[in-house]
Amino acid sequence: MRKYKHVLAVIVLTVVGTVGLYALFRFVLFRFPTQASAEAVVIDNFADIHFWLQALLFAMIMVIMLYAVFAFRRQPDDESEGPHVHGHTGLEIIWTIVPTAVVIGFAVYSVGILNGLLAPEQGERTIEVVGRQWSWKFVYPDIDNKSGTELGLLVNEPVVLHMWAEDVIHSFWVPEFRVKQDLLPVQNSETDFYVLRFTPTEEGEFKVRCAEICGLQHSQMFATVRVMNQTDYDAWAAEIASKPSLDELEGMTAEERGQFWYTEFGCNGCHSLDGAAMAGPTWLNLFGKEEQLADGTAVIVDDAYLYESILNPNAKITAGYNPGIMPQNFEDQFNNFGWGNADQITNDLIAFIRTVTDDTSASSE
Amino acid sequence: MKFLLGFWYILTSSYIKGLVGQALFTFFGFQFLNWLLPENLSEFSLMIGSIIGVIGFLLFAGVLTDWLLWIGGKETPLKHGAPEGKPEWTRYLRPDVNHKVIGIQYGYTSLFVLLVGGLFALIFRLELAQPGMQLLDYQQYNTLFSAHGIVMIVSILLGVGAMTNYLVPLMIGASDMSFPRLNAFSYWVSIPAIVLVLTGMAVGGWDTGWVGYPTLSLIGPLGTMFFLLGFYINGISSIAGSINILVTAATLRAPGMSLFRMPIFVWAALATSLIQFTATQTIAVALTLNLLERATGLVFFNPAQGGQPLLYQHLFWFYSHPVVYVFVLPGLGIISELLPVFARKPLFGYKWIALSSLGIALVGFLVWAHHMFVAGMSDTLRIVFMFSTLFVAIPTGVKFFSWVATLWEGKIELSTPMLFVLGAISVFLIGGITGPILGTVPTDLHLHDSYWVVGHFHATMFGGFIFPFFAGLYYWYPKITGHMYKEALGKLHFWLMVPGFWVMSFGQMSAGIMGMNRRYADYDPALGIETQQVLVTLAAFVIGWSVLIMIYNFIASARTEPVAAINPWGSRSPEWQIPSPAPEFNYDVPFEVVGDPYDYGLDKPYIRFQAAAGD
Repeated sequence: MRKYKHVLAVIVLTVVGTVGLYALFRFVLFRFPTQASAEAVVIDNFADIHFWLQALLFAMIMVIMLYAVFAFRRQPDDESEGPHVHGHTGLEIIWTIVPTAVVIGFAVYSVGILNGLLAPEQGERTIEVVGRQWSWKFVYPDIDNKSGTELGLLVNEPVVLHMWAEDVIHSFWVPEFRVKQDLLPVQNSETDFYVLRFTPTEEGEFKVRCAEICGLQHSQMFATVRVMNQTDYDAWAAEIASKPSLDELEGMTAEERGQFWYTEFGCNGCHSLDGAAMAGPTWLNLFGKEEQLADGTAVIVDDAYLYESILNPNAKITAGYNPGIMPQNFEDQFNNFGWGNADQITNDLIAFIRTVTDDTSASSE
Repeated sequence: MKFLLGFWYILTSSYIKGLVGQALFTFFGFQFLNWLLPENLSEFSLMIGSIIGVIGFLLFAGVLTDWLLWIGGKETPLKHGAPEGKPEWTRYLRPDVNHKVIGIQYGYTSLFVLLVGGLFALIFRLELAQPGMQLLDYQQYNTLFSAHGIVMIVSILLGVGAMTNYLVPLMIGASDMSFPRLNAFSYWVSIPAIVLVLTGMAVGGWDTGWVGYPTLSLIGPLGTMFFLLGFYINGISSIAGSINILVTAATLRAPGMSLFRMPIFVWAALATSLIQFTATQTIAVALTLNLLERATGLVFFNPAQGGQPLLYQHLFWFYSHPVVYVFVLPGLGIISELLPVFARKPLFGYKWIALSSLGIALVGFLVWAHHMFVAGMSDTLRIVFMFSTLFVAIPTGVKFFSWVATLWEGKIELSTPMLFVLGAISVFLIGGITGPILGTVPTDLHLHDSYWVVGHFHATMFGGFIFPFFAGLYYWYPKITGHMYKEALGKLHFWLMVPGFWVMSFGQMSAGIMGMNRRYADYDPALGIETQQVLVTLAAFVIGWSVLIMIYNFIASARTEPVAAINPWGSRSPEWQIPSPAPEFNYDVPFEVVGDPYDYGLDKPYIRFQAAAGD
């Protein structure tokens, strides 16, 4: 009878513990961000089953262990040994077979859910995503292949992302959407790309947060995701469509193009226009200035210095900054853009840098 | 005067001599190659120079002396005891061949490296306590978290070496390991490996994490090369050490010690060594290709030139997943070893626990690609690896159930080692229950590379290694030193570290599920995880302080505490039937095994010492 008293106590405590732990996990410790995609609902519901299993297993083992410690603790005057029990083949078989059935059940159930998450949907919009240290570029094939550094999505419309990286591995993750996929550098982005599908269901602004270590500013590799209703989306798409086409770039001045390149190639990730400290020197009043270099020498910032510093950033390092931070492949990136070549784009940027002085930023504000 | 003499012994120790050798050989090796080879191969010259430096360390430290003499045809007897005219403790300053000396060398090196890696973590946890960058810049942060990873891995491998080296020969009744010189080599080669990793931090650091994925590793600063090379050299230590354990346990067991009569820890050591012996080569391949692509431009991984970056991840995880079981199996062995002693009951399901170690080792080889669920593998592979990954839960579950069944109706004694064993079970359980949600792909899509993984991983490492390792240190401390540790300080350590760890682990997982990325130098306050970040940092400091208490306890008790009883725990295990510290050759009188190791409650002994030859 005593034996059953202990077993009963353990069962009751395990049940109470499971419910209590589930509540702790679900409502206090393990709270998901907003559910902003159709996939989030499916994944969170599945996670909920996991939370129940976690609560049950944790409660069961801890209850047996702690109960044993309190109930069977050696009394100070007790020198005897415990009962001589070597094992129990029946129990061992049970706690091998039951978990096997449970994990197979979980795996089979997961396969069903995964297939649902990966299946193409009717009328999905394709968007190309390019990751590079440390910014994102989104290309919209249905808006004349125009691109931007912001991901614009129409609410409740399924999207499929075709993603690749230009330099190192990055990973696309918007916690509110739940799903994640790495982007690897590829040889041919026409044929080799990584696919991610989801359907945003909530309007609002979210952030892509790069989820694979990609070097110095990994923790700053964000992009804004804007999920919009039809009206807002149309206005936004019109704005993207009005970005200069390749022909229009031809007609712009070097300074205007330079300003466009500044955001297009992500220079804005590290170089401010207002003097703010970022990973690279600010462009405000940069031209003509005397710059102290890390090797102790000084240099006047002129065309030749800027040209070298854009295409071969490690050649001269400004004091207080580290080598190897700025991507060293801008020559390739510029040549592959589809307009002009590295020489022209570099000169455009220099022309733009010349205009970034206190006077212009004051007048533009 | 005595102090000065001691200082002189340390100054002329093999550690210092080795470092001088490493510096000299690296310098001249690099200069020579740099002069010989074209300028664009300077990193290659430095890499080969650093390898020559490792040889320099071993030569100057005297690790290779006997083997070199053999080449010259000279006989070299194994030397035992301290060098003539020097105190006993100077044995630890030079390559000694006794397995207990080597085990202790592994042990204090492991603890020292643990403190270094822990310090790195505390520094970047301070940075993460608040949003924005306060203490560090990105480069320093990235280097610190990357170094924390690899330094802790080295520390754990050294800790595993400490446990297996010290315990296996004692437990099986051997006088030493099968290959004593190789044993010394295994330990000493890990020292220049640590030096290389720390050098990497000094020459620009690196920002790849401990995984070193290309193409990031191919363009990273020079520190990346030193990190990859240090990782590589440490693998040599693993391979050599595991061969020794396998051969020793296979050939030097006492008469009557059949496989199922071995102490359970020896099973764990065997399973661990099998993994180390067979998996480490693969990481060597991955690191070699990575280093060569960096230094010479040979193409393996860079897709722009026709390489395949995913190839590295497969090779890397084919070692780096099984190695997680190298870290935890000895710890789980310690749990199984200590539970019967403190519950005064036989180990419940001995054979099942022994075979579950082999089961974990086997399944552990089939799950590596779950680290790559979002890396761009085919969907079919995701499903295959999801099944194999979830199967790990089965042998692991057998261990948990057997442990609590061992406790059931025992006469439980809550001394410090037992507290740490119970703490280990609770913490490893946290690691266990938070794993399947990462194993099922749909939920992993959210949690992959988030702080959830950080929490899960630290729980498995603390539960599977740190807590059992500390339990073992307290448990065998009287065996090693002949003195008892201070029980009150041991309990204080436990009661700080367990709640500290629970807070840290759940805090990390909580932040992760809410959107905190791992390997982020800074976090977005919009995620609403400030409480978690502050608590994790505070808990990390509590854990850090508690470990310092343990180290103080060990140092102070060796000098002040009274001599311990021969068998303070009432253990049936052979090593507790002889004086402490154990004699040079362990068993002056050999024993044979006549019973089962954990038959507490029966009068039948486990071992019987054979009658001395003269009787």
